This record gives sequence, C-alpha cells and structure tokens, in this order.
Amino acid sequence: MKRWSLRRRAIVGLLASFVLQVIPLPAVLDWFRPSFAVIAVLYWSIAAPGWGGVGLGFLMGLALDAYLGVVLGQHALATALVAYIAIRQHLIIRNKSMFEQTFYIAGLLLLWQIVVWIIDGWTGHALGSWTRLLPIVTGTLLWPFAWEWLGGDLSRSRR
Amino acid sequence: MNSSDASRYLSTRGAPAGLRFVIYAVIALALMYLDQRGRWLESIRYGLQAVAYPIEIALNSPAAAWQWSKEVFEDRAALQAENRELRQRIRELEQLALRRQSLERENAALRAIATPAVDVVEKYLPAQIIGSEFNSQQQRLTVDRGAVNDVFDRQAVVAAGGVLGQTMRVGPWSSEVILLTDPEHALPVQILRTGVRTLAVGTGRRDQLSLPFLPLQTDIRQGDRLITSGLGGVFPAGYPVAVVTDVKRDGGLPLAQVQARTLARVDRDRIVSLLWFTPTHPAAPISPAQNMGGDPAAKAIDVAPPSATPRGAAPRGATP
Repeated sequence: MKRWSLRRRAIVGLLASFVLQVIPLPAVLDWFRPSFAVIAVLYWSIAAPGWGGVGLGFLMGLALDAYLGVVLGQHALATALVAYIAIRQHLIIRNKSMFEQTFYIAGLLLLWQIVVWIIDGWTGHALGSWTRLLPIVTGTLLWPFAWEWLGGDLSRSRR
Repeated sequence: MNSSDASRYLSTRGAPAGLRFVIYAVIALALMYLDQRGRWLESIRYGLQAVAYPIEIALNSPAAAWQWSKEVFEDRAALQAENRELRQRIRELEQLALRRQSLERENAALRAIATPAVDVVEKYLPAQIIGSEFNSQQQRLTVDRGAVNDVFDRQAVVAAGGVLGQTMRVGPWSSEVILLTDPEHALPVQILRTGVRTLAVGTGRRDQLSLPFLPLQTDIRQGDRLITSGLGGVFPAGYPVAVVTDVKRDGGLPLAQVQARTLARVDRDRIVSLLWFTPTHPAAPISPAQNMGGDPAAKAIDVAPPSATPRGAAPRGATP
C-alpha cells in the first residue's frame, strides 16, 4: 500500500481538524465538540516534534482566532504553550502506554482551556459556563483514536 | 514513504523549543495588546473576514445542499398546503396593513403633524445566515452581507417575530451579528403593559434573556411583552423583543429575577433582515450621545431641519 508522505498527511490532517473545529453544529453537539485542532497539533508535536514545532501551534491558534473573531493571539498563545510542553515531553509521552498518555492529554487540554479562559477574562469577554469543560472530556476520549488515525507512533512503525 | 523523510522530523531540530515558545508568546501577547487597546488591527481584521468568507460559504455548503435537496424533492401536497397557509397569512397581514394606515392618519391628526407619516424603516435588506455559533460565551451569526451592501457597524437585525440582534465587525462580503442572547449583549427595553424601562441582558442560552435590574416591587408578571425602548441608538422604539416567562421574587435579594424568551424566529429559509432607519422619524433610535446631551453637536442635530441631518448611518439607493 502506497502511503502518503509525512508532510502531506500532516497538512491534510491539520486542515481537516480545523474544519471540524469550526464547522457549524447544532448547539447540543457544539457543547461536546472536542478541540480537534488542538488534538491534531498535540499529535504532531508528540509524534514528529521536528516537523511543525511550536510555530505550528501558534499558526493553528492564530487561524482559530481569526476565524472565530476573538482577540488575535488568544488561541495562538494557548496552542503554542501546549505545543511547547508536548514537544518538551514528547519522548516521555510517546513511550507511555495509551492509558497513561490520555492523562497527559487531558492535562494539556485543560491547560489550553484555562489559558483561553484567563484571556477571556482579561479582555472582558463572557466567561461561559461549566459546559466549557465538556470538550476536554470528549477530547481525551478521542485521543486514542486520533493517535491511530493520524499515524500512530511514527518512530516505532519506521523500524 | 521512505524512512529518511520521516525520521528527520522525529526529534526536535534547530533552535530550542523553549526559545521558540518565548518568541511566539511575545508575538501573541503583543497582538492581543494591539488588538485590544489600540484597535490598530481593524484593517487586518477586515482582510481576514474577506479571507474567511469563502471558507464560511464552503463550510455552510453541506447544510445548504441538504436544504436545497429537501426543497427540490418536497411533496406537491406539502407545497400546496404551505401555499394555502402563506395566502392566508398574506390576507391577515393585508388586513393589518389597512388598519395601520388609518391608525397612522389618526396618530398624525392627534399629534398635529402636517407632513404625511413616513415609515421609520427606510430600507431593509434580506441576508442569508452562513454561519452560527451558539455556546455559553457567544451567540453569534454570520450573514452574507457586508460593506459592499452598505452594511454598517451596530446595525439593527430583525427576523420574523421580533428583534434578533445587531451587526458587529462588518467585513467586505459578510458580517457578524451578535444576538440578543449573547452574554455580552444588553438591550434597552420597555415593558409594554406598564411602560417601565430596563435592560434585557443575554444569558448565553438559546432564546433566553434575563432582566437583572428590576427592583422587587416592579409590576411585572409572566406573559408581559417586552418592546425596544428606542434608547441605545441601534433599534427604533416599539419593536417586539421577548415575552416574560418567569418572575422570581426572593425577599432576601434586592432585585427580582426575571427571565424572558425572545420572539425572533429564524425560519427554515435562514433569512434575517438588516434595517436602515429614517433618522428624522420620531420613533428612530436615539444615540446615547444625543440622549445624554453631552455632545453639543448631537443636540444641534435634533433641532436641525430634516434635510440638514448629517447622519451617515443611512445610505440611500440600492433598494432590496
């Protein structure tokens, strides 16, 4: 089976995750929508930290800021931060069992949401309700599947 | 895929990630500061909205295609029934319009206005919803009309039944509409039955408004209608807004807790209307500056003859 090159797979996956992140959904589904874009950035930060790096998180976040019409730099800062942490810890996270990995991911998704939330507060926007925490739960549950779909552990399959 | 292609990326390269993160964080903070304080990024935002427009259209296309196919394959009997319903509705509205004319004449006579009554709505423009966001922080729509259609910032948006929201951030071909139910939106309203004025604040829940500034002894009850009061400078007086659904009076709190349900309904056509007002009409919205009397120039506008009113907000021509 001919496989796509890493770069092409990464770009298609990231674009798809952005579309899933912003495509209009009914209100109830919207509450549970995981942060697809962040999950894709986390995958590439852990599986191939040399490809996109912190800049990938920054650009993805900036695209979200621009599209959602929030203050520019909000999601960019949050996504760059979690990408940075994921890159720093990529060897540790990559070599954990999937069960343990999901704890790291839950923590990073929570951190992302907290940064976005704090900036909402600073810039005088509505803080929302506890439903903001639902995407962390669904995102964590999605992680094992996203890990496989996006390519799994590249360092292992390559050997 | 050859392995050398991938293995290049499997570990970090180049500058340390920490340094890169610090650089990006500084850029992000600078952007936030400029965007929030300086408003220097307005033109960049305008450009970004132009870029986002085709993406919004593309993302909306599955929903639009589904709607279209539903319309194409609709049952003949269902269409006929709908047609009958619409005819009935038109007859009712015609009756109301006839009555309105006589009321207008009577009103003019009572107020001793010699000039024929003009409509407060000078022009309206239907706009299609191409995007929406409903969550606890934001209740927003994106519509397919923008600066090229003379849409301006803080323009009134209505839908069938009542007031829907107002425009914010107008792009070249699309604009964002903040709904009444957005937690960052507050609308000056009046209780139709008693004339009491207050603010209706969005809750972040669909169709739900709250009236948080009413004292305990205010005469308000379930079923009361709320209309716009004409203050605030966006909506004219007298537009239907909401119906009071719940009034709680807790002796321990100084204010009554009042909930209301908005009346605006976006039907399956997903069409809303943008309104332009005749600035000289008595029911036209009063801007806060005029209302406070703080700006002498704004006061002068009030007494100036109609032809001299320099309100730039109501562009002419190009009727819908």
